[in-house]
Amino acid sequence: MSELDRLTHLARAGRLSRRSFMEGAAALGLGLGAASALADRVLAQAPKRGGSARFGLAHGATTDALEPGNYVDTATQVPFWGAMSNSLTEVDAKGEIVGDLAERFEPSDDPKQWVFKLRRGLTFHNGRDVTASDVVASFRHHMGADSKSAAKSLLETITDIKADDKETVIFTLSGANADFPYTASDYHIPIMPAKEDGGVDWESGIRTGPFVFDSWEPGVRAKLTRNPNYHKEGLPYFDEVEFLSIADVAARTNALTTGEVDWIGRPDLKTLRLLSRNPNVAITEVTGYAHYVLPMNVTVPPFDNVDVRLALKWAIDREDIAQKVFLGHASPGNDNPIAPSIKFAIDPEPRHTYDPEKAKFHLEKAGLSSLKVDLSVADAAFNGAVDAGVLFQEHAKAAGIEINVIREPNDGYWDNVWLKKGWCASYWSGRPTVDWMMTTTYAAGAAWNETYWNNPRFNELLVAARGELDEKKRAEMYAEMQELVHDDGGVIVLVFNNLVEAHSTKLGHAEIAPNWEADGLRIAERWWFV
Amino acid sequence: MNPIVETVLKRLGLGAVTLLVVSVIISFAVGLLPGDFAKAVLGQSATPETVAAFQREIGLDRSPVVRYVEWIGGVVRGDFGESYAGAGSLGEHRRQVADLIAPRLTNTLILAGVAALVAVPLALVLGLLAALYRNGIFDRAVNLVTLTAISSPEFFLAYVLMLFLAVRWPLFHALSSVSPDISPLEHLQRIALPALTLVLVIVAHMMRMTRAAIINLLASPYIEMARLKGLSPARVIVRHALPNAWAPIANVVALNLAYLIVGVVVVEVVFAYPGIGQLMVDAVSKRDLPVVQGCALIFAATYILLNLAADIVAIVTNPRLLHPR
Repeated sequence: MSELDRLTHLARAGRLSRRSFMEGAAALGLGLGAASALADRVLAQAPKRGGSARFGLAHGATTDALEPGNYVDTATQVPFWGAMSNSLTEVDAKGEIVGDLAERFEPSDDPKQWVFKLRRGLTFHNGRDVTASDVVASFRHHMGADSKSAAKSLLETITDIKADDKETVIFTLSGANADFPYTASDYHIPIMPAKEDGGVDWESGIRTGPFVFDSWEPGVRAKLTRNPNYHKEGLPYFDEVEFLSIADVAARTNALTTGEVDWIGRPDLKTLRLLSRNPNVAITEVTGYAHYVLPMNVTVPPFDNVDVRLALKWAIDREDIAQKVFLGHASPGNDNPIAPSIKFAIDPEPRHTYDPEKAKFHLEKAGLSSLKVDLSVADAAFNGAVDAGVLFQEHAKAAGIEINVIREPNDGYWDNVWLKKGWCASYWSGRPTVDWMMTTTYAAGAAWNETYWNNPRFNELLVAARGELDEKKRAEMYAEMQELVHDDGGVIVLVFNNLVEAHSTKLGHAEIAPNWEADGLRIAERWWFV
Repeated sequence: MNPIVETVLKRLGLGAVTLLVVSVIISFAVGLLPGDFAKAVLGQSATPETVAAFQREIGLDRSPVVRYVEWIGGVVRGDFGESYAGAGSLGEHRRQVADLIAPRLTNTLILAGVAALVAVPLALVLGLLAALYRNGIFDRAVNLVTLTAISSPEFFLAYVLMLFLAVRWPLFHALSSVSPDISPLEHLQRIALPALTLVLVIVAHMMRMTRAAIINLLASPYIEMARLKGLSPARVIVRHALPNAWAPIANVVALNLAYLIVGVVVVEVVFAYPGIGQLMVDAVSKRDLPVVQGCALIFAATYILLNLAADIVAIVTNPRLLHPR
């Protein structure tokens, strides 16, 4: 089709902003007036209001719960946080932190204190006003000795939360943290109504989000209807949304191609090319923060020797694995858990590509002529973990390293293998800031420090950088930290996996956020029917 | 005493003992599995403190024997206990196991009922015809088709049916997403494909058994007498052979019906049908013990009752057992 048609099609699908459309039209020779009029006409057709959208999620079990501390996978995150709730802040498509329920947020000078101001006129689904005490109760729900929330360790840094007046919340932290607003955007912390006894009401499903709870069969479907009083002007577009749990990937794909659902998550990568040939299906692929890792326990021989670790890092062909196991839908990692799109990310030197000679060199430095190690993998860690392990075994042979790939059972993997065996496989969804990712996984003593790494210089820099407001100084500190993880750490970052999803051409969307699946989990709020 | 009543009472008594033993074994077996509900639900996000807090809340910090005794005490009174999921919720939001199981069991029974309604008569008729025209073309063709169907994995059959009947020619729904509020007719429409899959899976066994039982009887003297009397082959089989063949046929039918209720989790997953099989699998992988025990009891009871029904049919159709001297 002609260039103008292409621009029109993209703009109508919402994939081209008005400015980009006019730039394109001007480049084709259209005058400003004509381009403007055309843009008006085209974009007026873009997001349509209304419609009932159905989403096919890859997760869902009868044991799912409405309690936000237990939102473990997309089956609860997408309907109950992304569609039904809001947090204080949110991460936009560019990875920047913007206010959601909070209108603005300011740090104190150190920054050990953060002041959040709520927007005016916010209401819950039942009409009750949202006040600062609701925010306090929503946060306190995850803190405290009896909390069983997955966000408990995330919020341990908060020593005090106070509702200063009806619209102001003051957080006092145990240490300076320039990234605290990012923490407030976590999907575990939606704002819920406070109860008189000091607890918070999470059972009723009354929240502040773009959709109101209608019905739910755990592990089967969740239905929500449009919130007419949503605080974001013009949103959401859909009248009704339904989330179906379809665990089997073939059934999920068929549901999309036969029109039973309009969007599916986690399509089968092996048959993706066939799916993309369907004229009614569009594929979206975003490189996010998620990555797959092979963490080595650095307190256990032979991984306690840094040269052995480096030898293994040089003995793997990540490009090969990205092509063969992930079919090109991933970019090779460089033993740095920070995705390239995150602020302050660097690409540490020297890049760890496949170099058996360097691997042998490091083995000799460690005083070994050959090496035999066990690698415990299961597809429970990530899809393709076993294949990746077997490929690594082949690559490492050229360096004189013999890897014994042990296939562990999926059931109970996170109990028996992860954090327990010397070398295993794992996945991370990634975090939008360097500090968050490093604190969760590489700080000494962190609950999920799967490499048990304890590097004094790293720990020192981590705390210092967290409170540093000067961007240049911060960038230097984070660069050194990433270099340390790359050179000394126990983690092999295999690839950054792309978030691949498929949807019917009836749906339109803007730029897709890279932080979580399903457009930052907020697909119901952000997408529309064309 | 009437032999039927005697059998029923004895079997029900034994059945209760069987249920007790099954529940003990299941509790013990699930306890042997690594991890528990708290760790399974929290998954990668588990820290020792949150796991401990969760365990305290659902009562997992007490000994397994105490928990089992408490549970069995409740069951005897009709209270199947509460699921670990949704723990921490108050009042009516706490999930009762009975409330969890009831709708899923209903769905499974509907699917099993529809499949049985089609499969059992079909199998009987095909078996009779195969016995009638034994060793001919019809017999061989029917055997070939049904044995192929039963030898293929269920999900393979399900995918093939989905491909031809939902994707290539959109005659049926690819997904069986049913909810309590849809009309019975729509429910039937949506479960057409899974029902068809199940029919294909169970017809072979019942048909072959019918055929074998009848052919076995054709060697008996009274059949020879019937033939000598000049009766048509069809009448010989239906009027004289079939009544004596009911016992083995009923046993096979009972076994397959039990399978329809207990063993169709693969079909449920492929069609995303909310039945009890998927509930049991989810509960086991998340170690939700009350739900697992509830489902196990129901499955065991299903087998016991269906076997009992088969035995009653065997007694009723055998005058020697019905009127013992």
